[in-house]
Amino acid sequence: MTYLPTADHDELRAAVRELAEERIAPRAAEIDEKAEFPWDLKELLAKQDLLGTCFEEKHGGTNLDTIGQSIVAEEIARADATTSLIPIVQKLGALPIMLAGTDEQKDRYFPRLASGEWLAAFGLTEAAAGSDVASNRMRATRDGDGYVLNGSKRFITHGSVANLLTVFALTDPEAGGRKGMSAFIVEADTPGFAAPRVEHKMGIRGSPTAELTFDDVRVPVANRLGEEGEGFKIAMATLDRSRLGIAAQAVGIAQGALDAAIGYAADRQQFGQRVVDFEGIQFMLADMASQTEAARQLTYAAAARVDAQASDLRYWTSSAKLVAGDTAMRVTTDAVQVLGGYGYISEYPVERMMRDAKITQLYEGTQQIQRLIVARQLLQRAGAAKRG
Amino acid sequence: MKIVVCIKQVPATGADKRYTDDLTLDRTSVDAIINPLDEYAIEQALRLADAGIADSVTYLSMGPDQAAEALRRALAMGGDDAVLITDAALAGADEWATAKVLAAALDKLAPDVALMGMASDDARGSLVPGAVAAMRNVPLLSYGSELAIEGDAARVRRLSATGFDWITAPLPVVATVTDQVGEPRYASLKGIMAAKRKPLETWGLADIGLSADELKGAALTVVTDARPPEEKAPTERIENLPAAEAATKIADWLAARKLI
Repeated sequence: MTYLPTADHDELRAAVRELAEERIAPRAAEIDEKAEFPWDLKELLAKQDLLGTCFEEKHGGTNLDTIGQSIVAEEIARADATTSLIPIVQKLGALPIMLAGTDEQKDRYFPRLASGEWLAAFGLTEAAAGSDVASNRMRATRDGDGYVLNGSKRFITHGSVANLLTVFALTDPEAGGRKGMSAFIVEADTPGFAAPRVEHKMGIRGSPTAELTFDDVRVPVANRLGEEGEGFKIAMATLDRSRLGIAAQAVGIAQGALDAAIGYAADRQQFGQRVVDFEGIQFMLADMASQTEAARQLTYAAAARVDAQASDLRYWTSSAKLVAGDTAMRVTTDAVQVLGGYGYISEYPVERMMRDAKITQLYEGTQQIQRLIVARQLLQRAGAAKRG
Repeated sequence: MKIVVCIKQVPATGADKRYTDDLTLDRTSVDAIINPLDEYAIEQALRLADAGIADSVTYLSMGPDQAAEALRRALAMGGDDAVLITDAALAGADEWATAKVLAAALDKLAPDVALMGMASDDARGSLVPGAVAAMRNVPLLSYGSELAIEGDAARVRRLSATGFDWITAPLPVVATVTDQVGEPRYASLKGIMAAKRKPLETWGLADIGLSADELKGAALTVVTDARPPEEKAPTERIENLPAAEAATKIADWLAARKLI
């Protein structure tokens, strides 16, 4: 066990930080204001091999460990939360294939995802089924050598820009969402698929959150992931791992806000001294830094469990996402406070960071869902202890 | 066609630089980077490699052990291999000694083009490229905004007061390029990973046929103190006047001295 980052991790962080500070941070305010997907930065990240970090080398990826992937997400999010979702959602969309796909499916799609030529998205949530995934209603009806998908999805990150979506639909409506849902790979140019609308959001405004419609979308059997009825299991296993990306994003947002607050407070003069020289401000900065570091270390501890395929990895990833999301919200709020009135206006980045932070408490399982997962794990452990 | 890019590791631009007791720069206390002006030389070399014109790109640096980090960073951007010249006798080397060492190393590496940045970010002497060319008795093509290879000749496009010149010389040459080359690329993740496996050799003075005694030729003046000139009080200040009135005063002041 080591508690120090490796030289490779340090080097990775330095490289991504340089890129993020020079090329991504200067775009962040404009991306937020215009609410436009940053295609230029998607190309940049692809060129720098940062969209393929979760893929194996044989598919053109760089196969970083999960701590390395977290560092990439964190350093990009430190500059711009919207842009950090590009690698995060690339992995989210690919995870069902990683977990349940055949070698043929991986060989067919991963090279285009690893290179960044294609973007991926994860289509699970429906208008009436958010946290309550088992209430999903979208249908997939077997028809010869394929399935016909009908229904709609909502709140699908990158749903309107992705070339490939992993989509969950009921193959056995009688059995319900838990037992009767299956997972499919849907290519975005399949007839009948559309993304008619994107949401107008409070934060991560450049990241399109789409409504998807499926009108007799025909998908070959070769695009089904796992067996029929395994959809719920695949979705949960995906979220158990993908929420760590959100934890890393939250850590990055918090770090960005902390750095902005320090920079401002060290520069701003009031009552004849720098704002940072007031002890009250120093106490705030110290709390913000310590909380951010705690969230970061929990995220890395969870990342190590994911790589080790630990049986209780969901306890760790939920705990990390819970702590990191709440930390991001608190630290960005405090950063606005440190900047005072300037923190509340768009001339400085912290109000954007505060708006961006809020989503980390909501998506890939609300904080309340994370608490339920953590609590269930706790009770399981306690039960095991009693039996022992 | 073989290119050797000479790079220097320098303290990070804007870093709080300190001097050691012998008045040389304390290179251990500050973050070190590739001299930013050398990154343009790297970019130029890699563009020639990308275009299939350069067959190999080697990086050469003289410096302490930690200068290997700069070479690894260059290798992460691209290129094939690197050589670090490091020797205790080189501590505090001036431009003349540096040029002598680089010239000897280049004799051994025998590139068609020895490419350098136009200056270093720390010393800004701009003496080394010319000295290396003179010591190796090869042409110097300096301050290129672009380097092109045509057959057995190299040519640089150099901006001039009235436009630009193309300056051509037969290979081998020493060439320097400016920031007009274009933005240096970022190292990609695959580049960073590949750089760890690229050959990086370390040579001492003996490996390039030099001895410490041969490097003691330069006249050395140690400047122990330097001060900016004392600020002169302004002759006259015009303050807190309406713009029109202030403008009239300035015009009168200039007219009285027959400046307008």
